[in-house]
Parts: sequence; C-alpha cells; structure tokens
Amino acid sequence: MQKNSTKLIFLILLVIICVLLYGFYDIKGGFDYAFPRRMIRVAAMIITGIAISYSTVVFQTITHNRILTPSVMGLDSMYEVVQTFIYFFAGSMSVWIINKYLNFGAAVLAMVLFALFLYRFLFRADKHPIYLLLLIGMILGTLLGSFVTFLQVMIDPVEYLGLQTLLFASFTNVKAELLYIAIGILLLSFIYGYRIMKKLDVMSLGRENAINLGINYDRMVMNILILSSILIATSTALVGPITFLGLIVANLSYQYLVTYKHSVLILGASLISIVALVGGQFLVEHIFELRTTISVIINFVGGIYFIYLLIKESRASG
Amino acid sequence: MIEIKGLTKQFGKKPVVEDVSVTIEPGTITSFIGPNGAGKSTLLSMVSRLLEADTGEVLLDQNNVKKWKSTEFAKRVSILRQANYINVRLTVRELVSFGRYPYSKGRLNSEDNKFVDQAMEYMNLTDMQDMYLDELSGGQKQRAFIAMVIAQDTDYILLDEPLNNLDMKHSVQIMKILRKLVDDLGRTVVIVLHDINFASVYSDRIVALKNGKLVKNGATNEIINSDALRDIYDMDIPIQEQNGCRICVYFNSQTS
Repeated sequence: MQKNSTKLIFLILLVIICVLLYGFYDIKGGFDYAFPRRMIRVAAMIITGIAISYSTVVFQTITHNRILTPSVMGLDSMYEVVQTFIYFFAGSMSVWIINKYLNFGAAVLAMVLFALFLYRFLFRADKHPIYLLLLIGMILGTLLGSFVTFLQVMIDPVEYLGLQTLLFASFTNVKAELLYIAIGILLLSFIYGYRIMKKLDVMSLGRENAINLGINYDRMVMNILILSSILIATSTALVGPITFLGLIVANLSYQYLVTYKHSVLILGASLISIVALVGGQFLVEHIFELRTTISVIINFVGGIYFIYLLIKESRASG
Repeated sequence: MIEIKGLTKQFGKKPVVEDVSVTIEPGTITSFIGPNGAGKSTLLSMVSRLLEADTGEVLLDQNNVKKWKSTEFAKRVSILRQANYINVRLTVRELVSFGRYPYSKGRLNSEDNKFVDQAMEYMNLTDMQDMYLDELSGGQKQRAFIAMVIAQDTDYILLDEPLNNLDMKHSVQIMKILRKLVDDLGRTVVIVLHDINFASVYSDRIVALKNGKLVKNGATNEIINSDALRDIYDMDIPIQEQNGCRICVYFNSQTS
C-alpha cells in the first residue's frame, strides 16, 4: 500500500507538470486571452480522462476481460448515428446543431437508451448474457457504422465537413458550455461509485464468489453497464470518440499498481489518462503545430499497445 | 435447517435435477454422491442461490432462500465451487479477508482480522499468507479458498468437490478439518464428493443422485452397502471393513 501511494503521488506530480507546461508554455499575445482558453481545454481533458478510465475499469471488472472496452458494445457508433441523422434530416443550421445543450442531450440520451435496450432485451432473453451481449454489440456497431457511411455518402459535401469535425475527437474545439453538465454527471457518478467501490473489489473474484459473499451480482452488473455507458456518452459528446484511450490507461494502471482495489485502480487510470491527454495535446499543439490531432496519436500508440496485449495474452494462454 | 422441496432444473429440454426433496440435518456432514451428470453440483448451486430453480423451493429456517437478504444469507450459508479462476493478483491473506465482506463491507476491524488469522491457521496457511495466489500450487490455492469460506463464519458450508486436484495427504487433511468444524464448532457441511470412500469414512449422511433424481437418502451406514450402491452406480461393489471404516473396493468391479 505504501508503495502504491508513492506511485499515485508520482502520477499526481506528473499531472501537475503536464498541466503547468500546457498552461504556460510559449504563451503569446494576451495572457488574459490565451490562459483561460487553455484551462477550458485542460478541464475538458481531465473530465474526459476520468470518465473514460472510470467506465473502462468497471466495465472490465464485470466482463472479467482486460481487452474489452465499452466502445466494443457499439456505443461510439451510436454517437455517430445520432450526429449523422441530425445532419442528414435536419441539416447543419437546425436547432439540434446550433443549440449545444440539445445536441449533447440527444447524444447522451440516445447512447444510454441504446445500451439500456441491449441490456434489457438480453437480460430477459438469456442467463449468461455477457459474451452474447458483446457479440451482438459488435455486430450492431458494425451495422450502424455501415448505415452511417451510407447516409454520409449522400450528404451535401459542405455539410459533411461540418459533420466530420464532430466525429473526430478534438480538444481544440471543446464545447465549453457543456463542461458544467459533464462535471455534474461526473460528480453524480462519483457519489454512486463511492458506494460501490468495495463491491467492485468483491466482484473481481467472479460471479460465484461474489454471490457467496452476499453481492446481488446480476443487478450490480446491470447498474455498472448503465453507469459505464453514461460516462462514455458524456465524454464522447464532449470531445468526440477516443476509442483506444480507455484500453491503454486501464491496462497501464493494472500493471503499474498491482492491486485489486478499485479505488486505487480507477484513480491511477484517471491520472494516467490525464497525463496522456494533456501531454498529448501539448505535443499536438507545440511540436506538431496542429498538423495532426490527438486522436491520431492516441489511436497510433493505442493500436501498437493493443497488438502487444494480444500477443502477450495469446502467449500466456498458449 | 435447510429444506429442499421439489427442486427441478432444466437446461434446454434436458432435466438436470428432477423433483428432489431433501432435508439437511444441522450439525452433520452430508455428502452428495452419484455418477457423472447426476445433477449434484446443479443441486448444490440451487441450494446456495447461485442458480435459480425452475420449480420447487429451498427453505433456510422456514424462509425461502429468495426472500433472504443477500448479505444476511451470506452470513448463514457459504458456498465454494470447483473452478476458481481469478484474474486479479491477490495474496492469500487478501483472499481470506474477503470472507469477512458480509460483516465488514471491506473495512476490517480487529475482530474480522481475528477470524482471518484463525481461518488461515486452520488451513495451515499462516506461513504463506503474504504469497500471491498465482505462486501457489493447486492444493494450496484450494486451501486458501476454503479458508476464505471458513472466515465467512457461516452455520452452513457448502463445498462442490473440494478435493479436486488434491493429493491424498491434503484430501485427508481437508476432510479432517471439515469433521472438526462439525464436531467442535457445530457447523453443518454439505459436500459434493466424487470419491465414495471419503464419503463413507467422513460423512454422517449421504444423499445419492442419479440422472437428476434422488435415489437414496439416509445415514452413511444405510447407503454404504452393496445393494444400495448397485442402485446408484450400476456396479457390484464389495465392501470391506477396516478399523471401523467401510471401504468400497470398486477398482475391479464388473461394469455393465
């Protein structure tokens, strides 16, 4: 435990360094102009980092699998479906695009409803739902993705450019007015999370041991799936889809902080993802001079790490 | 008291357990025996609420198991299944401490720690309490899981083939510990056993299942005789007495 607290303090220091570097490096023109803008981006990155880490770690606990993430369920695709639908049927000048709250609300609602529909439908249908659920999620994700591409091909090219900015993760055009709502959702999920941290620890022993120890397992799985999808929906609506980030940070956290305690694991994963996002954004803005986006960097590093994980897991089982 | 009333469970169209009614006598070791696929594990899973029965009910102290609050039930009945794959790194002590979860909700007080220490001592694990589970042998791991269940301090302990993967010495050790739990501490143990001779030597009562149906239910000496065993296993099994223990010598029996 002593060692883990040192590691966490190290991560916190790293976060502070990254934030200071990003906030003050090469500040040109009016400080009063640039600094608050940078801080809004930092706030968005912190919220996104925490939401993605939190949802991925709990999701992996209930699926007992370290390669799955909530986006495998097709949640990211649902976000694309909503935005494409709006552009296709209402157009870029409609209230659904202009009013950021409405757009945010619609996206979150659609994603949570999609998740709920999946879980409700399948929890009634089958007693061993997780793998079937994931398989169906993946298939639906692909289906929705193809459908979205179909619609996008028919959209007016100028409109499509507007849509594209929504579908790529970017911290340079954060919707600042959505920050407060996102913070609110995050706080609520923390209050719930505080009550279930110890239950999550027990659930990592597997379904049968958890039930033996008095956990209402199936209901908890349901609650956590919903929590997870709300968090992912929030972060996606705020900055766009970042598929690999959750996978990388959750696994780095398991490897770095060898423990079963979710409070430590989630904190660690959150700190790592803040470092990755703020540090990555710093690189994008000052080294690459905005010639690339952070999602490209994250998907590149994440892709390599994912392949490494697959090779390692197949060796371990083979 | 645990009463099993008319339990039935089907997987697909195949009934795995069919209309089984048994009463578990408190303060005894009851063994569930029977050939492969007889439904022993399924029955145990239903008793311990890991699996929902299609029809029938299980009563703990006259109350339906489904009506018990999950945490309260966890303070009365514990269950250990055969396959225990865990993908988090835990030390022996951390695992055994989980047994106190129904009481402490993860915040162990000194009394909880006392139970954890006792359970580890019972299972001879004190020396390796800080070792990680993935560093242990199959038998040591099994003992760690049993220690967790002992730390849970329940009146009823249900075990699904706890002797799997254990050598003779550790099997005997575990059966003796279970006997002690019953004789000294007044616990009730229900155990699924594959080896008929462990059932014969250590249990007070035997429940025999075959093709999902209850075929025999009685005191050990009523079941361990060639006639009853023929009904259960379709084999002629000679019995030999050795130091007051009835041993089934089935190794070269005629199979049909």
